[in-house]
Amino acid sequence: MLVFKAVKVWAAIILLACLAGASPAAAAGVEVKTYTLKNGVELLVLPDHRAPVVTHMVWYRVGSADEPEGLSGVAHFFEHLMFKRTKRLKDGEFSKIVAENGGQHNAFTSYDQTAYYQSIAADRLPLMMKLEADRMVNLNLKPKDIATERDVIIEERRMRVENNPSALIGEQMMAMLFMAHPYGTPVIGWKSEMEALSYDAVMDVYRQFYSPANAIVIIAGDVEPDAVRQLAEKTYGRNRGPKAEPRQRRAEPPALAARRVVMEDSRVRQPEWERVYLAPSYRAGESKHAPALSVLAQLLGGGPTSRLYRRLVVDDQTAADAGAYYSGTMYDLGQFGVYAMPAPDSDPARVRQSLAAAEASVDAALAELLQNGVEAAELERAKRRLRADEIYARDNLMTLAQAFGRALTAGLTIEDVLGWPDRIMAVTAEDVRAAAQAVLRPEGSVTGLLLPKAEATKP
Amino acid sequence: MKRLILALIVLLAGVLPARAIDIQTIDVPGVGTAWLVENHSLPIIAIQAAFRDAGTAQDPQAKEGTATFVAGLLNEGAGDMDAAAFQQRLEELAIEMSFSAERDESFAFMRTLTENRNEAFRLLGLALTRPRFDADAIERVRKQLFAAVAQAEQTPSAVAAKRWYAAAFAGHPYARPKEGDAASLKAITRDDLSAFAASHFARGSLVIAIVGDVTPEEAKALMAGAFGALPEKATPTPVAEVKASPPAGIEVVARPIPQSTIVFGHAGIKRDDPDWYAALVMNYTLGGGGFSSRLVNEVREKRGLAYYVYTIFAPFDHAGIMLGSVGTQNERAAESMAIIGTEITKLRDQGATEAELALAKKYLTGSYPLSFASSGKIAGELVALQLDGFAPDFVAKRNAYIEAVTLADVNRVAKRLLAPENLHWVVVGAPDGVTSTVPAKK
Repeated sequence: MLVFKAVKVWAAIILLACLAGASPAAAAGVEVKTYTLKNGVELLVLPDHRAPVVTHMVWYRVGSADEPEGLSGVAHFFEHLMFKRTKRLKDGEFSKIVAENGGQHNAFTSYDQTAYYQSIAADRLPLMMKLEADRMVNLNLKPKDIATERDVIIEERRMRVENNPSALIGEQMMAMLFMAHPYGTPVIGWKSEMEALSYDAVMDVYRQFYSPANAIVIIAGDVEPDAVRQLAEKTYGRNRGPKAEPRQRRAEPPALAARRVVMEDSRVRQPEWERVYLAPSYRAGESKHAPALSVLAQLLGGGPTSRLYRRLVVDDQTAADAGAYYSGTMYDLGQFGVYAMPAPDSDPARVRQSLAAAEASVDAALAELLQNGVEAAELERAKRRLRADEIYARDNLMTLAQAFGRALTAGLTIEDVLGWPDRIMAVTAEDVRAAAQAVLRPEGSVTGLLLPKAEATKP
Repeated sequence: MKRLILALIVLLAGVLPARAIDIQTIDVPGVGTAWLVENHSLPIIAIQAAFRDAGTAQDPQAKEGTATFVAGLLNEGAGDMDAAAFQQRLEELAIEMSFSAERDESFAFMRTLTENRNEAFRLLGLALTRPRFDADAIERVRKQLFAAVAQAEQTPSAVAAKRWYAAAFAGHPYARPKEGDAASLKAITRDDLSAFAASHFARGSLVIAIVGDVTPEEAKALMAGAFGALPEKATPTPVAEVKASPPAGIEVVARPIPQSTIVFGHAGIKRDDPDWYAALVMNYTLGGGGFSSRLVNEVREKRGLAYYVYTIFAPFDHAGIMLGSVGTQNERAAESMAIIGTEITKLRDQGATEAELALAKKYLTGSYPLSFASSGKIAGELVALQLDGFAPDFVAKRNAYIEAVTLADVNRVAKRLLAPENLHWVVVGAPDGVTSTVPAKK
C-alpha cells in the first residue's frame, strides 16, 4: 500500500500544528501527577527519563468556537500575537530566548483550544515556565503590532485553504454540517472577517480567555513532579485573573435533511468523495457511543484491512484509497467521516461516474454493516490496534502531552483519558452496531464531491 | 561487540545533566554491523533500515517511479501470504511497517510491541526477501501512484519543487520526480519491480538502527532472521557526480491560485564538504532558523508578505543544493522575491554579525538532544549518521564541530556558497509583474 503523504481529514484542520492528536489516548501505564494551583492553573506532570529533554505546553480553553460572531479567526490571530512584546520582553525576544536555549517552539489553534509549546533541554524548563507565565498576563500588544501579522494570517489562509481545492470544499461541507454551531466556521476564519479583525477584538480575546483559571500546563519529560510543582507556584502561581466563565456556544438544531456539496474546480487533478456525519463526541450528545465510534472508524476505515479499503480498493476497485475517521475529542458534537479517492481523471463526465461508483460502494459497505453488524475477529483486531496506538503514543513526549491537553480542553477529565483503553477494550459488537445505527443516518450527513471543471485543460 | 558510551553534551552555559545515550554496535551474524540503543522503559521496539544506492536515482530510464512502486508493494504480500493475509497479520499484532524511497536510498521502518517482536521481524524479513509482487497488488498500487501523481500536480509546492529539480539536474537521475509520471508508471512491469528489488536490497548495502525494549543478544537473533536471507551484494547502476546547475532566472508556472508558491535555489555542498558546519551555521542566520532567521524577519515579521519562508542546504550522495521556499499573494510576489534576493546578497557581501553567530551556535548545539526524543527519532538519526559514514562517537563530537565555526568561517562560506545571481526561481501561481526569463525543462 502506498502511504499518502496527506491523509485528508477535511473536518479537522489544526492550525500550525505539527502533529494530529490521536484519540483521547494515553493510558493505564502512564504516570501522571496533577495539581491545581490556588489561582486555578491546572498542572499535569508526565515524567519520562529516557532523554534529558522536556516538552512544556500551555493550553487555554479557547478555540475558534468561542469567538464572537462575525470575528472568525480572532482566536488564531491572537495566538500569533502572543509572540509579540510583553511588559518585560521586546518584540521578537521570546523566540530569540527560546532559540538561544536550544529550544523549538510553536503554537496552534483549533475549535476548542489554543496551545503554546516548547521542546527543550530539561534544565531550561524554569526559564520556559517564566516566559509562558509572563505572557499569560503581561502581553503588551500595541495597535501598531497587528497590521503586518494580519497579513501573515491571511497568507496562511491562502496557503492552507485558497490554494487548495480540497481544503475549500472541506470548509463548505463543515459550514453545511453545522447549521448554527460555530464548528461550521473555519478555525482560520473567513477571509472577509479576518481582514477586518481589530486591535480591540484581539485584546478582548486576551482579557476574556487568557487567565490562570482558564489554563492547563502540561510538562512531559525528564523532570521530577514535586520540583515542577514548586516552579509552577513561583511562576504561574503568581498570576492573577478572573474566574473562568462557562463556555457558551449556539446549540445545533436537529438535522433533518441529507445535504450534498458539489464543487467543480479547474485546478482539481485528483477527484475526491467524502461524507461526514454529525456524531456525538466523548463529551457531548450521546457520548456513550463514543468508544464504539472510535472502534468503528478503525474497522471501517483504518488501513488496508479495513472494510472500506477492502471493498473499494481491493474488491470493487472503485477507488485508489478509502477510509474513515472519527473526531470525538470535541467539547460539543463530533464528526464521523468516510472518504474515497477514485482514479484521477480530467474528464468531468467520467469523474462523475467514478465518484458515483465509489459512493455506491461506500453505501453498500455501510448498509451491510448496519444490517449484519461486525465480526468478532475484526472487532478484536480494531481494539488491539487502538490499544497499541495508545502505547505507541507514549513513545513521543509531544504526542502524549497533546493527548491530555486536547482532552482536557475538550471538557474531559484526566480519568477519562486514563480510562480510555479500558473503555475501548470493553466495546462489544452490539455497541458498534448501535453506534453505527445512531450515527450513520443520511439526514445527519453532508456528502461532498470534488471534481475537475469542464473547461479544465490537460496539463 | 564494541560498546561505546556517549554523552550527549550540550555546550551551553549552565548546568545540564550529561545524560548518556548509549549506542552499542552489534555484529549480526551473516548480516553485518547494526547500531542499537537499548531502552526498556516502554514495551516498544523500533527499527529503521536503509539500503544505499537503492533510491529513485536508480529508476531505469523511462521507468521513473520504480523504486517508489517497489516500496508501495513490499507490504502487499510476501512468502506464502498474499496482501490480505500479510496485512491482516500486521494489523492483528498492531505492527507498524512502512517502506519509502528517497533519491539515494530506500528505507524500511517498523515499530512493534515487544510481545510481538518475533513475528514482526519475521514479517519484515519476508517483505524484504520474498516480496510477491502479485498482479492484483501491482495494479492496486499503480492506481495509488497515479493518484499520488495527480495530487502532486494540484499541489503548488510539489509542482514548484518538481520543476526546480528538473531544471537543476537536467540529464541526471536527480532531475526526475520520485513518484514518476503517468506514462512511466504505465510502462513499469512486474519484471521491472522484482528486478529492482533483487538488484538493490542486499546485505552489503544495508544500514540498520534498532531502538527500544530489546537486548543485544535478542536484537542479533531478530535481525539475523530478518536480513540474513538477503543476497550479499547489490548491483546498483552507477550514478554520476553532478553539480546542481539550473539556469539563472525565473520560470513561471501559470496556475489560477491566489498565492504564488515559490521555490528558489542553486548548487550547495555535500555532507562531507569541510565547510558543512559553517554552512549550517550560516544558513541558520539566512533562512534556517525558524523565527530567528533574516528572511523570516524581513519577509514575514516586518512586511507580512508570507506565512513561511525558509532555506535549507540539502546534501545528496552525488550533489548538494541550497533550496528555499516562500508563499506570497500574487500581487506582492515580486516584492518577496526582491527582498529574498537582497538578503542573500547582503549576507554574502557583508557577512553575519557576532550576535547572529552566537545565536546560531547556541540553537544548533542546544537543540541537538531533541533529535533523540523518541524511539523513531533515534532510529532515524542513527541511520542517517551511518549513511553519512560516521561512527557512533559522532554524537559526542558533533557539537564541538559547530562550536568551532568562527565568524570568519561563516563569512567565507557565505561568499563561497551564496550566489543570488545564479538562483533559479520557480513561481507557481499568477504573480503580478513576474514573467519567465528561462524556458521550462521538460
